[in-house]
Amino acid sequence: MANHTVAETLPVPFLEKTGILSWILSTDHKRIGIMYLVSISTFFLIAGAFALTFRFELLTPEKNIMDPHTYNVLFTLHGAIMVFLFIVPGLAASFGNFLIPLMIGARDVAFPRLNLGSYWIYLLGAIIILIALLKPADTGWTFYTPYSIQTETDVIMITLGIFVLGFSSILTGLNFIVTIHKLRAPGMTWHRLPLFIWASYATAILQVLATPVVAITLLLLIAERTLGIGFFDPAKGGDPILFQGFFWFYSHPAVYIMIIPAMGVISEIIPVFARKPIFGYKAIAYSSLAIALISFFVWAHHMFTSGISEVAATIFSFLTFLVAIPTAIKVFNWTATLYKGSIWLHSAMLYALSFIWLFTIGGLTGVFLGALAADVHLHDTYFIVAHMHYVMVGGTVMGFFGALHFWYPKWFGKMFNENIAKIAWFLVFVGFNLTFLPQFILGTQGMPRRYATYPPEFQTLNELSTIGSWILGIGIFIVVVNLIKGLFNGEKAPQNPYNSLSLEWSVPSPPPHENFEEIPHVTDWTYGYGKKQNTEK
Amino acid sequence: MEEIGIEHGHVHHIDPAVGYESSKLGMWLFLATELLLFGGLFAVYTIFRAKYPVLFEEQHHELNKTLGAANTVILIFSSLTMALGVASIQKGKRNLLSILLAITIICGVMFGINKYFEYTAKFEHHIYPSTSIFFALYYMMTGLHMLHVLVGVIILAVLLVLNIRGKFTEKYNAPIEIGGLYWHLVDLIWIYLFPLLYLIA
Repeated sequence: MANHTVAETLPVPFLEKTGILSWILSTDHKRIGIMYLVSISTFFLIAGAFALTFRFELLTPEKNIMDPHTYNVLFTLHGAIMVFLFIVPGLAASFGNFLIPLMIGARDVAFPRLNLGSYWIYLLGAIIILIALLKPADTGWTFYTPYSIQTETDVIMITLGIFVLGFSSILTGLNFIVTIHKLRAPGMTWHRLPLFIWASYATAILQVLATPVVAITLLLLIAERTLGIGFFDPAKGGDPILFQGFFWFYSHPAVYIMIIPAMGVISEIIPVFARKPIFGYKAIAYSSLAIALISFFVWAHHMFTSGISEVAATIFSFLTFLVAIPTAIKVFNWTATLYKGSIWLHSAMLYALSFIWLFTIGGLTGVFLGALAADVHLHDTYFIVAHMHYVMVGGTVMGFFGALHFWYPKWFGKMFNENIAKIAWFLVFVGFNLTFLPQFILGTQGMPRRYATYPPEFQTLNELSTIGSWILGIGIFIVVVNLIKGLFNGEKAPQNPYNSLSLEWSVPSPPPHENFEEIPHVTDWTYGYGKKQNTEK
Repeated sequence: MEEIGIEHGHVHHIDPAVGYESSKLGMWLFLATELLLFGGLFAVYTIFRAKYPVLFEEQHHELNKTLGAANTVILIFSSLTMALGVASIQKGKRNLLSILLAITIICGVMFGINKYFEYTAKFEHHIYPSTSIFFALYYMMTGLHMLHVLVGVIILAVLLVLNIRGKFTEKYNAPIEIGGLYWHLVDLIWIYLFPLLYLIA
């Protein structure tokens, strides 16, 4: 439709073309990012609705609305969908796609068609998982053997879906690594890269190196059920603990696939709204890589009570403590960046601050669980559930919402209602804490996870938790409505509403197709805020 | 102007030299994922061989060493023809590349035919993946490898058709090179599988 001579003088915003084919056949990284964003958000809401449902069951000690089997199915689906369809692809695939080329000064990723292929593979995996809902598995999202070999429910379909999703994850990671290596604009040296890029790079390495192992694990699980091989079946001379080792060899690094991109987001939001250069740039950058590296050597801390040797347990406990170091480096540097900054409490900044607070709780309770003696007491209790949700929701989801509010004007060219966004943030923050703080206490009191009923003495704290989940649900609902409303009747966004120095704000909102009319020449890092100019080289 | 450019053929938005470097780096990363995929199976192998040394020793006699050795020779030879193919197109010898690709493909197919006879002989002796841990490993490892041979043959066939149509030249031959990398990996994995499964002492 566009006249080509006009297109040459006036760049066409990437959102201009309409029609379903212009989306599902587009190799534009910004459109692929939106397709991921819509998909993962949809699954986030679906899996969240499952959680609200079984959280309602837990309002009272005895059975109210569902039998134990339904409860098992619901928490399995909540976990599996949240992990594999929302949080693992999550920020990396949506914001990673949108931001990486813009931030490094490239027109697109290294392999645009492969990028689109990754999205189709993601959709295929998602469809297979949706088919698996016809006879949903009740194994928990970890598919532990031997139960996953014995259960009558359909384990094959859902693991096949996750197997397919693995390809999407690997190819996206591969694409991003090559993009960051080969397509940086002239002058965009490694030490001038925005920290989100460092985080995406570390994440991509994890995706590429860890995902194949879960792929083979799930393939073997499928072979156990179909061909009758016995690697994980004690009756055939196999070892069920072996499955756990294999599963966590992927799934622990996967935890960092989930969180590192969110850490990258926080590193971008904080300097902009504190109007200060990021403190300890190199420390933050390299700590992402350090986390990625260490994360490969801690998997057995999920298995302290499964019957591994004491020597192994002690070593894995020590290695687990090591992860706390690069993580703490990040938290201290963010805090130091805030110190004496001139803070603008934009909604994105509120989410970033929540991240620091909640993630610190999540991270520190992780250290408790890495300690052998404490873990024996706390393992498989609600303490784990609370810990993991402080990291995944308090960390990643806060980072995700922060990213949504921060880059929304750039991505969609519109502004959302900031006051409503703040109210929604408040409800999310309060609701989240009310849901999960009581679960720490329940866990230390010994309430086991994954049961539909519980002894009456736990009722008060469970009531608080369930009420919290309603507030959290309302908060998220308002976030979604506010952001969707902004698309239709929001004001037009300026090019750079926060006076950010990063490259993505140097192009119009929304960016044109192929991003830059001319590839920029970068002469400085992106964090030279305030009077103090560039000190890092 | 670039709206269409990016959607067909090669990627337009990057310089060809960068594109070549990128595809090579991409392929090496992909090979790393393949190594980890098989690495999982090698780990399973190591664990169970340490646990059941006698079982492995006894049951490996059921495997056909002659066919296994023949397949090893076939694959090593095919790696040679593949490498020569890459060298020939870099000198612009398009017809020679076609011949070498065809030989490589024939080797891949021969490998598959041998595997077919091997598997059917096993089934006739009622040896299935469920028979024992050793045979489970045998079928999983060689089966997954066979799948890779199959994919490799398909890739090489596509490259052959493209080459006959004159797509590759002295200057543009990156797909041949990265296709070749993949084929060498398939070969390399078999070189480990053969002694681990067929030559247990």
